[in-house]
Amino acid sequence: MTTIPPRTGTSPVAEPGHPPALRFTTVGKRFGRGARQVAALHDLTLAIPAGRITGLLGPDAAGKTTLLRLAAGLLRADTGRLDVLGLDVARNAARIQARIGYMPQRFGLYDDLSVQENLDLYAQIQGLSPAARPARYAELLRLTALGPFGGRRAGKLSGGMKQKLGLACALLRVPDLLLLDEPTVGVDPISRRELWAIVADLRDRGVTVLVSTAYLDEAERCDEVVLLDAGTLLAQGTPGAMAAALAGRCFTVQHATLDRRALQQQLLAAPGVADARLEGAGVRALLAAGAGLPALPGVAWQAAAPAFADVFVDRLQARRTRRAPTAMTPAPPGGQDAVLHVAGLNRFFGTFHAVQDVSFDVARGEVFGLLGANGAGKTTTFRMLCGLLGASSGILRVAGQDLRTAPAEARRQIGYVAQKFALYGNLSVAQNLSFFAAAYGLWGKHLRARLAWAQAEFELGPFLGSNAGDIPLGYKQRLALACALMHEPAVLFLDEPTSGVDPLARSEFWQRINQYAAAGTTVLITTHFMDEAAYCDRLVLMSQGRVLAAGTPAEVRARAATPAMPDPTMEDAFIGLIAAHEAGLRRVA
Amino acid sequence: MNAARLTGLIRKEGVQILRDPSALAIAFVLPLFLLLLFGYGVSLNAEHVPIGVVAEHPNPQTDPFVATLRRSRYFDVRTLPGLAAAREAMARREIGSFVWLRSDFARQSLNAPPATIGVALNGVDANTARLVEGYLTQSWQIWLTQLQRQQGTTPAFPVALQARIWFNPALRSRDYLVPGLVAVIMTLIGALLTALVVAREWERGTMEALMAAPVTMAEILLGKLLPYFVLGMGGMALSVALAVFLFAVPLLGSILALTAVSALFLLVALGMGLLISSVARNQFVAGQIAIVVTFLPAFILSGFIFDIRSMPLPVRLITRILPARYFVSSLQALFLAGDVWDVVLPDMAALALMAAFFLGVTLWRSHKRLD
Repeated sequence: MTTIPPRTGTSPVAEPGHPPALRFTTVGKRFGRGARQVAALHDLTLAIPAGRITGLLGPDAAGKTTLLRLAAGLLRADTGRLDVLGLDVARNAARIQARIGYMPQRFGLYDDLSVQENLDLYAQIQGLSPAARPARYAELLRLTALGPFGGRRAGKLSGGMKQKLGLACALLRVPDLLLLDEPTVGVDPISRRELWAIVADLRDRGVTVLVSTAYLDEAERCDEVVLLDAGTLLAQGTPGAMAAALAGRCFTVQHATLDRRALQQQLLAAPGVADARLEGAGVRALLAAGAGLPALPGVAWQAAAPAFADVFVDRLQARRTRRAPTAMTPAPPGGQDAVLHVAGLNRFFGTFHAVQDVSFDVARGEVFGLLGANGAGKTTTFRMLCGLLGASSGILRVAGQDLRTAPAEARRQIGYVAQKFALYGNLSVAQNLSFFAAAYGLWGKHLRARLAWAQAEFELGPFLGSNAGDIPLGYKQRLALACALMHEPAVLFLDEPTSGVDPLARSEFWQRINQYAAAGTTVLITTHFMDEAAYCDRLVLMSQGRVLAAGTPAEVRARAATPAMPDPTMEDAFIGLIAAHEAGLRRVA
Repeated sequence: MNAARLTGLIRKEGVQILRDPSALAIAFVLPLFLLLLFGYGVSLNAEHVPIGVVAEHPNPQTDPFVATLRRSRYFDVRTLPGLAAAREAMARREIGSFVWLRSDFARQSLNAPPATIGVALNGVDANTARLVEGYLTQSWQIWLTQLQRQQGTTPAFPVALQARIWFNPALRSRDYLVPGLVAVIMTLIGALLTALVVAREWERGTMEALMAAPVTMAEILLGKLLPYFVLGMGGMALSVALAVFLFAVPLLGSILALTAVSALFLLVALGMGLLISSVARNQFVAGQIAIVVTFLPAFILSGFIFDIRSMPLPVRLITRILPARYFVSSLQALFLAGDVWDVVLPDMAALALMAAFFLGVTLWRSHKRLD
């Protein structure tokens, strides 16, 4: 094990005596043939420092996965040279693979094998001596808290547990370099925090970690950040230094009378404002470089500390498709009656009580969030609300229609975007739109009007003839949303619509959602992103089938406040409330 | 090659085989099902074929001929009043053929050249039609011999046919079909098993993790080959046991020779499966390719049902590169004729060559890379 280089915040690449763990020299990589050829990396020159955690960030198709696979020797660069741990990958793939740990996006666990059997297999493959195994197993099981589940099959673990087991398998032999490809996608905040604790622990032992992520807040856990876009290096440095460069450009904005969504639209329309997103009770604004505060009546500006999310938006400004801000027409009156009424909802699977006595009301034009750890019962609740799954007992009313007695009428009021977007991958974008419009019974002039609306609203024009399976993820998301809104539903259900979608597409997606909500569409959404929870008007936090907390984001955060943590973030609140609930359950048991 | 890594891979595969019912189903349920289906359902013998007889003037000469037909186990005879009725019965498929004895049959039968009888066959089912034709000729000759013996005349034919059937004296088509069927089943098991399990590793992302680990490609391939070889030999043993004990097919050759040929063939089939999986990385496509390029040709072109010698030359040439062809010929020899080394050894040489080819190409094509 090497000694840990002192972390001073300066770039270790420049530090003498510490050769970089990875060095890319004008590396190029293309996929496909002929006209359909796409460049994943363009002449990338880059050095990743040893003994640090380097975060790899960028929008979709930035080349993050390609970069990691090249480093693991799984792809061959078309041009340039790549050195990993001082060895040329082109000639020493096997020697490098013996010294690295690599965890692909879908980690290769064998579902039929138990936790212990998976560990045994990878221990044998990585040549861990039988004598060293018991101690290593014990340590990894302790780190991952998987000890009690040694006999359970990997296929029966929750998403977060699978990721932790995958990481443990990649770490059996302590590697010199650990490559992690989006290890926290689809993982709840508690498991995410545990994964990061393991990674930080490794760094302290001298392991170099290169980790790609779609969570901007995770960039702040890294020692160094590499920002990629379209296969080229956009920026590299410590997250702190990158954020510090934005000092004086970030503000928390409040308005005396305007609703925060209306304020957001107003800010987006104002000159010199690069970005505006909902945060807490107000709006967070990022000014363009060199721009002064726009003169807006009634707006109070308060300087805020820049975060990495601001860096990301700032650096990728050129790539953004700005939504034309809409003038806010306040939702028509009568917004107080519940569009969605849920009372005493229960669902059993055999003897398993998946959803226990869940009740809430959602008013017209509200954005309502459903949060919870993996396996908390969110998706089950969601499916019952959409009429995809029958409830065991309880009341479910959508726009006054009872889902249990008049399911067809109730469903007409619902637009649904499933996880991973249920689109027909081998139909074109236009064909998908026509199909879903027909499936909802639209025809004639109305059908043509809605199709024209969908194409214009979601800017799908350039992709109309492309197969839905081949378009970028952000556009898939737009198409899925267009299909769900084709019949102008009163309620829009979104099941983890932003999972795996890059931060730019997410922010654009939320701008749309805010617009629809402001125009009177009720939105019900599940998400893993805690910053998105703040975009909701109200939310419920679920754990093990029960509602733990309900209310506005501020109310939920306040419930988790302790003397030690007077102003918890949404993530702190989430973790604190769930941990307290589970501890309570354990005491009872 | 590292023993610990290889053992790890093999043990993993073993556990998966035992836990995942689909591999066991392919190895043991599929042969059982196919053997029962083909063993009982397909028969190339024609027995109790409904046949019509139209005797325009029934008389002492025609009755013995009809009686000869009635005695035969091949025919179920139905007498019909006239040609029109016979045609109608044939159209309704109540009879597959009919014999027409003309009104002057009795007189002519004593003349030389002897009387002619009309035989109409339904050519829709050409195979059965040809069999019936043969059986009818046989019955006709039996009748003629009897007639001449009665009349004290010497047979008009200077040469008498004395047929003796070798290798399958009972002429049971099942004895001939079942060994060929075993070959077809083993093609399917071998290719499908490996193609599917490797494709599954690609689908679930485990292959990417394996590739980034310090294992060699040879170890990964051997880690697949060995467990499924054992499983395939198990399926083979079950098939042979079913053939011998359930279908009472004679096994005249030695178990040793049978094992050797089967092992070689299984290597070829597994090699084809591995090669398919290096092209198709999802189970659905891998399964489709395995069925189209291994099972169907083995079924149609291996000589299992259709005689290769009666195929046109280009097709005959294609069968030469078909592994199942060599296995079918060896199995038929080993079951029905014994250890005919003149047949078995060349077959084994061809199979060994093919096994080396498929496994070699797979190893050459497989890189520890995703592109």
